[in-house]
Amino acid sequence: MIGLLAHDALLVALPIMVLGIVLAPVAVRTGRREWIPIAYSALYTNFLLVTIATVAMIVALVTHDFSVSYVAQVGSRATPLFYTVISLWGALEGSILFWAWVLALYGTVVVWLNRNRPGNLIPYTALALLAVSLFFGILLVGPANPFHPVFPVPLDGPGPNPLLQNHILMGVHPPLLYLGYVGMTVPFAFAVGAMLSGEVTGDAWIKLSHRWTLLSWAFLSAAIIAGMWWSYEVLGWGGYWAWDPVENASFLPWLTATAYLHSMILQERRGMLRLWNVNLVVGTFVLTVLGTFLTRSGIISSVHAFTVGVIGYYFLAFIAVVLIAALVMVAGNSDRLRTSGKMDSAASRESVFLLNNLFLTAFMFTVLIGTLFPLVAEAIRGVKVSVGAPFFNRMSLPLIVMLLFLMGVGPALPWRSATAAEMRSKLLPPFIGALLFCAGALVAGARSFYGVVAFSFVGYAAVANLREYWIGMRARRQAHGEGWATALFLLMRSNQRRFGGYLAHLGLLLVALGIAGSSSFRKEREATMKPGDTLTVAGQTIRLKGVWGREEVQRSVVGATLEVLKNGRVVGVIEPHMNYYPTSDQPVPTPQVRSTIGGDLYLTLMAFDPNGANATIRAIVQPLVSWIWFGGGIVVLGAIIGMIPARRRSNGALADTDLVPDLGAIAAEAAP
Amino acid sequence: MNWKRSLIAAVAAVPLIMLFAWGFTRDPGTIPSPLPGHAAPLFALDVFAPGQPPLSRPVGDTVRLADLRGQVVVLNFWASWCLACRDEHVVLSTTARRYAERPVHFLGVLYNDRPAAGVAWIAEMGGQSYPSMQDPGARTAIDYGLYGVPETFFIDGSGRVAYKQLGPASEVLLAHIVDSLIAVLPQHPTAPATKSGS
Repeated sequence: MIGLLAHDALLVALPIMVLGIVLAPVAVRTGRREWIPIAYSALYTNFLLVTIATVAMIVALVTHDFSVSYVAQVGSRATPLFYTVISLWGALEGSILFWAWVLALYGTVVVWLNRNRPGNLIPYTALALLAVSLFFGILLVGPANPFHPVFPVPLDGPGPNPLLQNHILMGVHPPLLYLGYVGMTVPFAFAVGAMLSGEVTGDAWIKLSHRWTLLSWAFLSAAIIAGMWWSYEVLGWGGYWAWDPVENASFLPWLTATAYLHSMILQERRGMLRLWNVNLVVGTFVLTVLGTFLTRSGIISSVHAFTVGVIGYYFLAFIAVVLIAALVMVAGNSDRLRTSGKMDSAASRESVFLLNNLFLTAFMFTVLIGTLFPLVAEAIRGVKVSVGAPFFNRMSLPLIVMLLFLMGVGPALPWRSATAAEMRSKLLPPFIGALLFCAGALVAGARSFYGVVAFSFVGYAAVANLREYWIGMRARRQAHGEGWATALFLLMRSNQRRFGGYLAHLGLLLVALGIAGSSSFRKEREATMKPGDTLTVAGQTIRLKGVWGREEVQRSVVGATLEVLKNGRVVGVIEPHMNYYPTSDQPVPTPQVRSTIGGDLYLTLMAFDPNGANATIRAIVQPLVSWIWFGGGIVVLGAIIGMIPARRRSNGALADTDLVPDLGAIAAEAAP
Repeated sequence: MNWKRSLIAAVAAVPLIMLFAWGFTRDPGTIPSPLPGHAAPLFALDVFAPGQPPLSRPVGDTVRLADLRGQVVVLNFWASWCLACRDEHVVLSTTARRYAERPVHFLGVLYNDRPAAGVAWIAEMGGQSYPSMQDPGARTAIDYGLYGVPETFFIDGSGRVAYKQLGPASEVLLAHIVDSLIAVLPQHPTAPATKSGS
């Protein structure tokens, strides 16, 4: 019953979206502006209808309504409520429904907030949002219909994939990813709106899209970090990134979006890179579609791949339409997208931004080529190849190191041009940080060239970014006699975008530090232990206390209890286990981690004796891992600060920009 | 709008789209084996599950691949702990029975499992029409570069691996490959052949 209702809601949404898609351009072309709100209403109505369908699906899942095909596929009476609700995005059809809902939500909020804006930008933006929504609407009534009636109604279902009901982060990572991924549709829709309405020659669409890009970027960053964390906590190999095609698919739009967050500033400030920015925005969206296509079509093998079906052909058609339409629009408008500003000097923040864009784009192409290469190689030479982590690591390390370097240089350099004295006073002090980190890495035992260089550049960039805060705070204190905390708060309030950006830099540096530390200093041992036996890895000693078994509602658990010893005293207990789900013949290993600020002790139960006589334990010691998750949080915090609407400059004391030397130049430049 | 430039840009997208379209014709799960086209590794394995007449062989009998030269061999690796093996079991068993009078041998090889568990599994599944052999130490599985179970190797009359199937085999696939391999057998191209050991 509820399934039919939801299915009807999705069916009704289709003609409404078509109506909006037709009405928006007609209203603009014929000058009947009173029709424009009707086109906007199509978006709002779609949101309402998809919300009905999504709520219906959640109700069906929670009430175990196995007459709904999706519930029969992923539901089970034994699954705990939390995992039942989040199985909404655990399989193909539900994830498409959730996707459509997030998209409808974004579309509605974007258009509602800008509904009174004059001009044709928003109607065409709405058109683009509706067109993308229509595609997902078609999927939901066609190949990805989650509401197929099932008859006879099964009494119970198999439950979600065991891996997807084994960790709480499963409730966090996918929705964050969808919010980030789908959110990239918004800047794309603004770009399409700008191109179709002719407003692409101005910079209004950049300003409108800025906050949405930042929001989606923050979600995507958080999603990538959460995904790393999830795989670290669940998969039992002690790693967090494997360059799997689908991991790459989430990373590709992140790279272009990061590039855009920098290059948009050049357009806003200097009128530069107009064509480039359109390309980045469109490219980011195309990459999200490509990523979805790769996951959903099954043309590239991946651990994340969804079940393959006819849906792949729909995505192929969609990606073809998006790619051709985007290229036609961008190429057709390229004459209008001339740059008005120009570079004054190579020693300026502009040139660092250009280099940053160059390296980020090169990074994107490197990862893209590595991801698609197996397909290309098979098409051209007929051979099966796989491109593994060694390729990606080797190719990306120099790029990452360069980006770390630029992260230190960029904030230190002023806009337009720097004098030799300025360069010296700004670029030299951070070398202290570089030296300290370099020495620290060498003392700790790092020997790889890139490892040491990465540590040094992290040190350089950390000092350079922190120094910006310090200079600003010192200036405020001297001028107003504020305390350090007040000075910091008011400094950030005076220019959230800038200082939020520096905070994001610092977060990324922590992530880089965590990755460099954990990959350079990882120690690993595996041993079969009897109760009472001890195992020592990298100075950490563990003792097996016992092996136990436990029946839970939806699974059986076998675990080992291990004590962490320090100077003969027990300082902690770790219980790695294996979970057996009735629907799977393979146990799901569930490693347990003891995290400290210095590093993690990561234990996996590899095998056990049924009588509890012994257990095989893999112990991994990795320094600094938790800094990755912490740094990810800082990145998101920086993005949030950057999103807060800026105070007006005329607002006296709060925006006392002249106090900060760099801001003085900007203020002068902003004046016509 | 600069339509000429637009057209060029649109054309530039075509190769990528064609690449993806072509990608649909491939299954990324098929891992090519160096074996197809090469001589199948010889084996001599002992039967632990006899199968059913007319295909049965006594328990303990040693099956040598070398003795089966000139006929088609369908070698299926399976295990009692393997879920997908349950899916293909009926198909394999009935197809083998259907081809009982043709020059083809269906043979099972137990992989990484105890023969007792294998016998219990066959009983649970309602019998297996053809014999299964045990593979102590998984030596034959290693020789064949087994990727996982179920995996099925099709060996032609000249003793070469003609094809291999990863994952459960379907009836259509089995019939198609076995028919085409029987058709090119040097002797008895179509006539029913005498079967050794039946």
